[in-house]
Amino acid sequence: MKYAFYPGCTQESTAEEFGSSSKAVCQKLGIELKEIPDWNCCGASSGHFLNDELTHALPGRNLAIAEKQGLDTLVVCAACYLRLRSTQREAKESPEFRKRLAELIDMPYEAKYEVKHLLDVVVNDLGLEEVSNRVKKPLKGLKLAAYYGCYLVRPPKIVAFDDPENPTTMDRLLESLGAEVVDWGGKVDCCGGSLVLSRTEIVLKLTGDLIKGARDAGAEAMVVACPMCHSNLDTRQSGKDRLPILYFTELMGLAFGIPKTDSWFKKHLVSPFNLLKSHDLI
Amino acid sequence: MQLTSVSVTKNESRQLKSDPLFREEVEALSGVNISRCYQCFTCTLGCPVAYAMDYRPNQIIRLCQLGLKDAVLGSSTIWICASCESCVTRCPNEIDIPHLMDTLHQIALREGVPPKEPAVPIFHRAFVEPIRRFGRQYEIMMTVLFILKARKFSFKDLRTNASLGLNMMKRRKLKLTPPLIKNLAAIEEIFEKAESGEQK
Ligand code: SF4
Ligand code: SF4
Repeated sequence: MKYAFYPGCTQESTAEEFGSSSKAVCQKLGIELKEIPDWNCCGASSGHFLNDELTHALPGRNLAIAEKQGLDTLVVCAACYLRLRSTQREAKESPEFRKRLAELIDMPYEAKYEVKHLLDVVVNDLGLEEVSNRVKKPLKGLKLAAYYGCYLVRPPKIVAFDDPENPTTMDRLLESLGAEVVDWGGKVDCCGGSLVLSRTEIVLKLTGDLIKGARDAGAEAMVVACPMCHSNLDTRQSGKDRLPILYFTELMGLAFGIPKTDSWFKKHLVSPFNLLKSHDLI
Repeated sequence: MQLTSVSVTKNESRQLKSDPLFREEVEALSGVNISRCYQCFTCTLGCPVAYAMDYRPNQIIRLCQLGLKDAVLGSSTIWICASCESCVTRCPNEIDIPHLMDTLHQIALREGVPPKEPAVPIFHRAFVEPIRRFGRQYEIMMTVLFILKARKFSFKDLRTNASLGLNMMKRRKLKLTPPLIKNLAAIEEIFEKAESGEQK
């Protein structure tokens, strides 16, 4: 399996641990990643907020370069995933859109290839047997809440690998790593996203509700696939009893016995070390 | 322009100016068919931030249908929508409210309507600035731009954010030097073309 890889900006800064763990587990699973040469930011939530053309031109340039590589694109950040996929879908459906996009980015783009999220590729294309075959250190006894947030599952017209109201892809993946997954109601609730600086108290309320929901369901940690959700949930918890927020790829790496996973966990503001030690996982 | 009486809550109604062309303008610019909304309330029930809005998402649709432009563009709703995509996922008429909100606040910005939530557009402008300069996000620059322009943080907020920034730096979660893509000219061109349609 070979993909054009779109890392996204956060993978090289605030979510460096998501980037390195994603690359490490892909290597382990035989998924070959060819980074899109000279990729640029997809514009995230601000592109579409400000300008309808910017919101497609920024992802469009990346997609057009990936098309030259002749490969489907693999994305790990849920927000980048929605942005790239939304441009790919529109381009696929409308010749007029393709024409304007080509003018904006000064490159042709035919939308010949797909945009996929790593969760979809691992669970649906590769299969959970391939995952459980590689587990060296089962995550036994670890109770986890899988949190999907918005853009992995919504809007279903654009991203459609799982049920928008009750997704299970990440739950099944975590179970195949040996963890115990809790049933909870917050799976697809919003964390407040980009309101974090402009209306911080809204994000604090929403993330507070999520953390409480996960904890009430018995979870010892929450698992995410989006650097924005991670940052909102991990960096603004206060008090003594904080809930570790982990990327699904970090847990895959841990279960696969990949060395140096602690370099990822050190990056978290809510340290997961005590929790992982208490289950003899580190 | 005509005056329309609108009940905002059970006990309160307001006289609002209505602009019959507004509905058509919004439908044409957004491509969203707001006429289909029959006020079932599903959007608002699932909206995570409805509690913080002055008009609820379903009310914004109704105000648009009635052409009550000033009320819509002056609302906090069009800035606070978090683009979580729940309403469009659940709406029985597939009305794309987040996209409609984008169209609405873009009209407000273009027409110079003072935003009810000024920090929100300041954030988004601060977010795209590093992309314009470097082709990728540069969080330190974005945050500094936001703090300087928004001027909303109290001393305590600043201290909280500074200590968060330091904690992130200690863990090397913030890059000190900006990222830089090679073909910056391509990015400049994209911005120039995309923004040429916007009026300042
Ligand atoms: S869910 Fe759709 S039809 Fe129902 S009130 Fe909201 S926009 Fe109107
Ligand atoms: S997209 Fe906006 S209006 Fe719709 S539910 Fe989410 S926050 Fe509310």
